[in-house]
Amino acid sequence: MWRTILRRVLIMIPQLFLVSILIFMLAQLMPGDPFYGNLNPNSDPATIARMRHAAGLDQPLYQQYIHWIDRVFHGDLGTSYAVNKGWTVTRIIASRLWPTISMGIIAAILTYVFAISEALLSARHENKTIDRILMVWNTITSAVPSFVFYFLMMILFVYLIPIFPASGTGIDDSQSFTTSFFSNLRYAFLPAFTIALFSTNSIFQYLRSNLLDQQAQDYVRTARAKGVTIKDVFRKHILRNAFLPIASGIGYSITGVLGGAMFAETIFGYPGIGALFVQALTSRDYTVITAVMLLQGFLALLGGLLSDVISAWVDPRIRVK
Amino acid sequence: MSDLIRIENLKVYYPVRSGFFNRVTDNIKAVDDVSFSIKAGQTYGLVGESGSGKTTIGKSLVGLEDPTSGTILFDGEEATTIKQKKKLNYNKDVQMVFQDSQSSLNPRRSIGEIIAEPLKSFGVPNAIGAGAGDKRSFDQDDIDKRVLELLEIVGLPARTVTQYPFQFSGGQRQRIGVARALATNPRLIVADEPVSALDLSVQAQVLNFMKKIQRDFGISFLFISHDLGVVKYMTDNIAIMHNGRFVELGTTADIFDDPRHIYTKRLLSAIPSLDVSKRDANRAYRKRVEAEFAENQAAYYEQDGLRARAYDLKQITPTHSAALKKGEA
Amino acid sequence: MAEKLLDAQDVSVEFKIAGEYQKALHKVNLSINHGEVLALVGESGSGKSTFAMSVMGLHNPDQTKVTGSIKLNGNELIGLTERQFDQYRGVSVGMIFQDPLSSLNPLMKIGDQIAEAMTVHDKHTQQVSNRVLGLLDDVGIVDAKRVAQQYPHALSGGMRQRVMIAIALANEPDLIIADEPTTALDVTIQAQILDLIKEIQQKKNAGILLITHDLGVVAEMADTVAVMYAGQIVEKAGVEELFNHPKHPYTRSLLRADPSDVKPGETLYAIPGTVPALKDMDHNKDLFLQRVPWLDESVVNANVKDELQQVGDHHYVRGTAWQNFEFNDVTEGENQV
Repeated sequence: MWRTILRRVLIMIPQLFLVSILIFMLAQLMPGDPFYGNLNPNSDPATIARMRHAAGLDQPLYQQYIHWIDRVFHGDLGTSYAVNKGWTVTRIIASRLWPTISMGIIAAILTYVFAISEALLSARHENKTIDRILMVWNTITSAVPSFVFYFLMMILFVYLIPIFPASGTGIDDSQSFTTSFFSNLRYAFLPAFTIALFSTNSIFQYLRSNLLDQQAQDYVRTARAKGVTIKDVFRKHILRNAFLPIASGIGYSITGVLGGAMFAETIFGYPGIGALFVQALTSRDYTVITAVMLLQGFLALLGGLLSDVISAWVDPRIRVK
Repeated sequence: MSDLIRIENLKVYYPVRSGFFNRVTDNIKAVDDVSFSIKAGQTYGLVGESGSGKTTIGKSLVGLEDPTSGTILFDGEEATTIKQKKKLNYNKDVQMVFQDSQSSLNPRRSIGEIIAEPLKSFGVPNAIGAGAGDKRSFDQDDIDKRVLELLEIVGLPARTVTQYPFQFSGGQRQRIGVARALATNPRLIVADEPVSALDLSVQAQVLNFMKKIQRDFGISFLFISHDLGVVKYMTDNIAIMHNGRFVELGTTADIFDDPRHIYTKRLLSAIPSLDVSKRDANRAYRKRVEAEFAENQAAYYEQDGLRARAYDLKQITPTHSAALKKGEA
Repeated sequence: MAEKLLDAQDVSVEFKIAGEYQKALHKVNLSINHGEVLALVGESGSGKSTFAMSVMGLHNPDQTKVTGSIKLNGNELIGLTERQFDQYRGVSVGMIFQDPLSSLNPLMKIGDQIAEAMTVHDKHTQQVSNRVLGLLDDVGIVDAKRVAQQYPHALSGGMRQRVMIAIALANEPDLIIADEPTTALDVTIQAQILDLIKEIQQKKNAGILLITHDLGVVAEMADTVAVMYAGQIVEKAGVEELFNHPKHPYTRSLLRADPSDVKPGETLYAIPGTVPALKDMDHNKDLFLQRVPWLDESVVNANVKDELQQVGDHHYVRGTAWQNFEFNDVTEGENQV
């Protein structure tokens, strides 16, 4: 088991390397360069050339890449040009990370709680009214763009019934993480709750059909033939088998939340990584963009690893290999 | 009579990877050095339990699997690898019928399209009979005509052409599979457990039918099965397989009347008899053979890693050979 | 006469299909004594498993109507509530299924799956783990301690079926239902499992309802045989009587379709046609006669009594068509689907 994990981690190294090249190329493809919009329009070409030279932008691409990746390895992600001008990117991301994590975790937990309860209700009452309602609900939430619901929730709970703050976080650099986590709950709850409420569809559909599939399996008949009640068969046999494929998705969810929720954070004015990314995109702050993309690429790979580990941990059939 | 197909020293190994760098550390010897040949117009039975390697042999014969080593000679020409088979247009002569007619027929294709498929690749032969027809036509009208002809041969009405696999019973689907296999006038059909998913009455239909097309067209069969009753009824020659090796090989009478290898005896003793009066005697005999098998296993096999590997075959009579104990003649 | 272990009278089962109830089982009468092996034979779709599921009460109650009477040790089973049924499933009746891999929960250790059969009926059972090991030992598993800790995928097909038998035996039931217990197994394993079932049955004097389509298995195992076709019993007799003096055209056709005793030169008897769909089953007729092409229409369409006619000692046949039944050897073998 450990050996498999270690091998997977080692495989991640070339993968990360590839991701970094991809991101670097994408950044190069962006129109303009870091000086775009930051230059005095009256600067003479010689000054621009000097500045470009100082930033290493006149070197061949591969050298620029080597410089960049070398700095990344030393924890130097560059300096922001626009979002928080003059701050190091590391500092910006650090300041956004905790809000994102605290909201992301709440959102992920709530998503699973909602999706699982909905799927259980649906599967237990297949083709009955409650099942139909939940099916329709999940179809709607997946068909309508999520930001529409975010605006609706914003209007409802911030303006019409103002029980949640309009923007910001309760996180304060001077407080410990746990203190700030709890003071942040008031800010994080509405966006997290909203994300969770409207993103149950894929887990719901998947789990519901798993549950229905599993109910028709032969081992269910065996358990019934032992005299196990329908309720206990559900609880002791069907649930675990039906959850199995979902469990592997949890890895992605955990790392996915760290990447930030772009729409939700932006709409709810919640200063996390997702909002940062949107800000950086609109102001073409390329050091920040590449840094966030690099973070997300890393997290996606980590999510894959985590998912494999979780699958192997819960499924004895995979465990042996 | 000359051999239609000759298999010499066939080996199919699957690499086992392990260790940190995933290197090949061992091989699973699915088929381990087997040789046999099938004569034109005859049925050769390949018998063994699940995991014995019999299906792998069938797959290497039709070109679904590349052998690790050994040679396959079809009508005197080498057709060992998939590449060599392609060059010979081999699959117009060798076709396969599968066990599960449900999953081996594409549910989204009509029966007409399913049967026409090999005709589109190899053309419509201009004569009937195994291997017949040098001139092959790719004309759509000829293909349509041949499809109807094939349906008639397998006893299905012409309207079947526009129907889909799910509209048929297991026995009918198995006939459709046979019609597809027959399309190009093959000389050999590899039938992998063709009746084991069928009810008794339907099984009889398919078996009778296979015998009939053999009579009518002179087709050879490689009949792969674990059901010794069916094999006894269908085959001229039999090879008994165990752990990737042939343990005994002979005419059907050789195997059933004078089994020499302990594994063959064990298989035969396990067949339930329809004669109720003998059942206690059968059970007692089976117990004896089981005991003999447990006791003598070491003598009949050499240890190859964790697997018991049968010794090389020794000839007993011109038609009969077995992997006898060491020192036994 | 001693009380029958299982006594089924006029058992009919209807399934709701596309909003309508359709009969899958029509007035089946069967009984099993303690220590008796009754084989229920027939092709797929004949209703064998439907009968077994009725004894187990495992039909979906929303879509199935079971009528008649099924008494186990004198207690009526039809009409029991789910809760009442749960208390007798696995206690008085144990069941073994066809595919031992899919019949075991892939995520539960073997030992736990056997233990559950006991704890579900008695939460305070003492020394469950010892009894699990004892059961594994009874079904011929040598390394019981290790096997109990394993998951189903790690075992061979034969081992898994032994585990299924251990589960069925856990509470020492009076009746064991074995539904095609060896169909998915290799022939040597089949022989071992059949011998094991026979051994256990003799040791515990249990009754066995053996469901199979394999005549060889019937000849090896059964004391009594009931042949089913299209939801009805067409013939019932002691095993030797049935194999030596089969009467009903269906029984005779089946025996002639089996290749094991036929010489290679002879043609097998292929029964033409297929089992009718549920909605086309008119149970007032002898439905099998539709598949005998040379019979007169008047014979095929004649109404037949529900009750079987006694034709010998413990030998019963449905209808009267058997009296004049001869195989028409001209059409034989050339039949098409």
